[in-house]
Amino acid sequence: MRSRLAGWAFLLPLVAYLAVCYAYPLFTNVDLSIRGYTVRSFVHGGAPLVGFDNYVTVFSDPTFRTALVNTVLFTLISLFCQYTIGLAAALFFARGFRLSATLRALFLVPWLLPLIVSASTWAWLLNSESGLVNAVLKGVGLDPVNWLTSPDWSLVAVTIANIWIGIPFNLVVLYSGLQNIPREVYEASALDGASGWQTFWHVTFPLLRPVSAITLLLGLVYTLKVFDIIWIMTKGGPSGSSTTLATWAYELGFGNMLPRFGPSAAVGNVLILIAVVAGLLYIRTQRRQELA
Amino acid sequence: MRSWRTPVGVLLTALMLFPVYWMVNVSLTPMSDMRKPPSMFPVNPTTEGYERVLREQLPYLGTSLLVAAGTVVLTLVLAAPAAYSLAKLRPAGRPTLGFVLLVAQMIPGIIMALGFYGIYVKLGITNTVWGLVLADSTIAVPFAVLILTSFMASVPDEVLQAAKIDGAGPWRSFVSIVLPASRNGLVTAALFSFLWAWSDFLFAATLDSGGALQPLTLGIYRYIGNNNQEWNSIMATAVVASVPATVLIVVAQRFVAAGVTSGAVKD
Repeated sequence: MRSRLAGWAFLLPLVAYLAVCYAYPLFTNVDLSIRGYTVRSFVHGGAPLVGFDNYVTVFSDPTFRTALVNTVLFTLISLFCQYTIGLAAALFFARGFRLSATLRALFLVPWLLPLIVSASTWAWLLNSESGLVNAVLKGVGLDPVNWLTSPDWSLVAVTIANIWIGIPFNLVVLYSGLQNIPREVYEASALDGASGWQTFWHVTFPLLRPVSAITLLLGLVYTLKVFDIIWIMTKGGPSGSSTTLATWAYELGFGNMLPRFGPSAAVGNVLILIAVVAGLLYIRTQRRQELA
Repeated sequence: MRSWRTPVGVLLTALMLFPVYWMVNVSLTPMSDMRKPPSMFPVNPTTEGYERVLREQLPYLGTSLLVAAGTVVLTLVLAAPAAYSLAKLRPAGRPTLGFVLLVAQMIPGIIMALGFYGIYVKLGITNTVWGLVLADSTIAVPFAVLILTSFMASVPDEVLQAAKIDGAGPWRSFVSIVLPASRNGLVTAALFSFLWAWSDFLFAATLDSGGALQPLTLGIYRYIGNNNQEWNSIMATAVVASVPATVLIVVAQRFVAAGVTSGAVKD
């Protein structure tokens, strides 16, 4: 009995914290999304309940479609490239060699840098007039690309930067997954005369599937959240061409002099719904693995 | 036999880290060369970017350090006792709390920022350092509880049982046995909460953009927003902002790797 009381006493600060710093902001967000706030009523209170008006506003805004499509494209392409490149690098590093531990550690740098640092570095690399990328394109005889200022390329540009940032995470997790595959499996496969490629497709890849699933789901949750990179590189523009749900929510609430908190909160709540579905999938996958 | 993998590995790493090199290169390039075709090396190296950082960004740097240190302290104070309880005292409702913590990590920052903004405006506490610390800690606390729980769970029950027979209460066991034994977990949790608070841009931009004390991420953002776009100063600030991450890679590599894989791969 006494130890149960002690158990709760030790947990109490955390539970209070979760209520104040998670439940309360989330509740505020829902409250914002069902009221007609103006800047005045935001400060002084007294905004009228408007039900789902803000959601209707958001769903009927043409930007919603753009933001949703961009979010899906940005997320899927980022995930696919991060995973493929991360897995290739993990396979490369799995066979230890001289300097391999040091080089693997250096690969982590992009993941640890503040996002504003990575984003501004990429913004300068991709700058239309003075960026290195366009200088190289010109050098090999290709036309320069307006990476950040053309509606056709802005989403590509922010996706490239995001892939670069996500490779290290995929590498580290997949690498440790590879380390957990018993060596004997490879020996048996070699005895059977399997080629390297066959071994990968019929042995390594299937055995790595649980770790791959977790990596991709965590990546999905992280990528849905991405805001800093896009906002710093393009502000979601030009004319909404690289807007995602996350940057649109921010733009509505904080992007200009006339904040629209209600619609902003409504977009946020749509995003949270998607994130939580992805999160529940992740938790279910992990549970199933623990049982297996 | 020397492996072909070493030179290829060096090449791949160089390719991966090229943008980081480019940041350093641009930070040393004089403004007068900035509009010429880019050069692979700083041909006329200058420290004008860094001098400007020292002149203009020192207060931002101080705020960042303060916010990051405050976030570390708050995170550990909240997470360590809770992790001890979850790992060793096993109160009822443990699975529910674990579930809540996992879900909490998945909530997009923009939603938290808007919610915090609504609350802070009502209470009149925008543009305060401790308000930013409180918001930044939400990035780290769930992660810290989960990773510390797994570290503390590996403290042998027999040791705690023996302490109990010697008359040690739960608090005593926590302070003199469990905390010292999970030093590595505490270091990992502290490292990541420092790094995340240091790197935060979203909470700073929403909750702290009008005050006297602003973090370095907003300092960089200010520079980018300027129309004269002095990229050597921007990149010099970026280099300074990258120092903690670089130090971590050099001195605390194994903790970093432990942090990345925790939760994703079971042992």
